[in-house]
Amino acid sequence: MASQADITEIEAAALRSDRFRLERESDWKRLEGIVSELEKSRLRKISDEDMLALPGLYRTVASSLSIARETSLDAATLAYLESLVQRAWFVVYGPRSSLWAWTRNFLGGGWSAAVRGIGLDVMIALVVMVAGAVVGWLLVASDTEWYHALVPSQFLDTRVPGASREILAKTLEGAADGSGLSMFAAYLFSNNAQVSILAFALGFAFGIPSLLLMVHNTASLGAMLWLFHEGGLTLEFVAWLSVHGTTELFAILLAGAAGLHVGRSMAFPGERSVLQAAAEAGQRSAQVMAGVVLMLVVAGVLEGFARQLVDDMPGRFAIGGFMLALWLAYFYGLRRAEKGEPQP
Amino acid sequence: MNQAVTARLRHDRRERLMLTPEGIALPVTIASRGTRAGALILDLTIIVILMIATTITLVGIAGGTAGRFAQIEEPGAIGQAIEFLAVIWIVAMFLFRNAYFMYFELGPRGATPGKRMTGIRIAARDGGRLSVEMVIARNLLRDIELFLPLVFLASAGDDGGAAGLAATAWFLIFALFPFFNKDCLRAGDVIAGSWVLETPRRKLETAMSVEKPSSDSGGPAVDYSFDEAELMVYGEYEVQTLERVLRENRKEALSAVRDAICLKIGREPNETDPRAFLEAYYNQLRALLEANMRMGQRKADKHS
Repeated sequence: MASQADITEIEAAALRSDRFRLERESDWKRLEGIVSELEKSRLRKISDEDMLALPGLYRTVASSLSIARETSLDAATLAYLESLVQRAWFVVYGPRSSLWAWTRNFLGGGWSAAVRGIGLDVMIALVVMVAGAVVGWLLVASDTEWYHALVPSQFLDTRVPGASREILAKTLEGAADGSGLSMFAAYLFSNNAQVSILAFALGFAFGIPSLLLMVHNTASLGAMLWLFHEGGLTLEFVAWLSVHGTTELFAILLAGAAGLHVGRSMAFPGERSVLQAAAEAGQRSAQVMAGVVLMLVVAGVLEGFARQLVDDMPGRFAIGGFMLALWLAYFYGLRRAEKGEPQP
Repeated sequence: MNQAVTARLRHDRRERLMLTPEGIALPVTIASRGTRAGALILDLTIIVILMIATTITLVGIAGGTAGRFAQIEEPGAIGQAIEFLAVIWIVAMFLFRNAYFMYFELGPRGATPGKRMTGIRIAARDGGRLSVEMVIARNLLRDIELFLPLVFLASAGDDGGAAGLAATAWFLIFALFPFFNKDCLRAGDVIAGSWVLETPRRKLETAMSVEKPSSDSGGPAVDYSFDEAELMVYGEYEVQTLERVLRENRKEALSAVRDAICLKIGREPNETDPRAFLEAYYNQLRALLEANMRMGQRKADKHS
């Protein structure tokens, strides 16, 4: 509301557009104050009244701008209003204020909906991963020299072609005491998360590098599987692997599929423009990737602790199988979000 | 859409129009590539300093605890304490590398400290809400755009050759990506549907017609009045240029503009206060043009 002093000032203004401006200036100043505090994240300095008034003030000032553009030639006022509306727009339409709300929505259906949304890419990535493992097995079976090419050198301890059954069995045993496990888990998580981020990011080159990376990773898995098969320890190895592998491989599968989804949308955008298609795919894949990092935390804990501490085969199978069932049920069983369309 | 706004867009290559959900066209300015590079270098410096500081602190704590436990002779506890610190270190390094940009860009200013210092921020390209997914997507790509090729380059640095060449090419493809599209998008922006804009900031200046007429010559106030024919030689562009000249208030500019206007409307430039003359001309011209605007007649500049 304009005070008495302001009213005399308004009457003093010669131009109609200046009177328009002086009448509304207090609203503009109030919005500017709120926006400035919000930009400095000083939420406590803003009163509840101001917070509630913010959307209304934003619309008032936005309409002031529309009117001023049609009635006023005061360039300074127009520039001020444009910048104020833009700043307020950033605040009103900024990132969702509460990360907590986003997390709840993400876990309560957004994530599984995004995973279902890239179903075709998950199928392609799964086929590629299985094919990679088969190729790894076949290559090593035909010529054991391939083993050294496929399995990274830091894995090369006692697990080499020609190693005896006892030596191989020993690598599958759990550690008796628990020292060093949490560090191991943290290291595994950090490493795996970086690989899966890479698998996703490489999708930018139309998805092909993502697929190559997945083939490379699963080929070394196939090679190791062949090695333990030769030692007659196939089941033991699978049990050892399944504790964390069902979670970890699933996460890498999703990361590769997310990368492929982006690449495929850019290569075949359909009716949309390439930029629009890429943005839509990128935002859906980002949800999947946030989940992938979460899965890798779980996988790191399972790999670091559960695998080393649980030593018997049925126990390991039980953990691995349970985790796989859990993920499948979560992604494909929980269809609550299907009723309302998944959030854009 | 407003004629004046569209006219202004033609002047600046980095200006774009963004449509808010309320249907208001807002002019925004794309951040220049140089500013963005500067912001990135600032952020990387901050990250490296944070990493080094964390490492030094943790090593210091580790040394301290090792000394403390050595006195009470309990080797198992030392191991666990050191292990715990190692876990913190691994997680902290992962977060600095991956979460630094996300954390700050999700804040109300939509900008990392480096971007804040250079006065830029990120926004959604379609004028809608900047979502968490966009921020995640644009920052995951940083890994292949920046960190990975640099690591490759560092590891291939010794032998050079094909690997070094490939790493350099990889790095350049992404570093030069913003030069090959008009909105200066980097690969992460393409995926996320975001762009980087300059942060607007402008103070409200006083209304022109409220200001007291200045009379520094001290002479008798001359009543300037112009008829419509004298005013209608100019349009909106000129009235706003005149406003700028009046606000800057530089003596030589004022008399130069006064002389130009007098020449145009065929008056004799008398030796009175040029500012009073220009203020009177500005107010009357703006009143006339705004009155015509209300009737739906606009005059963009003196040529129309």
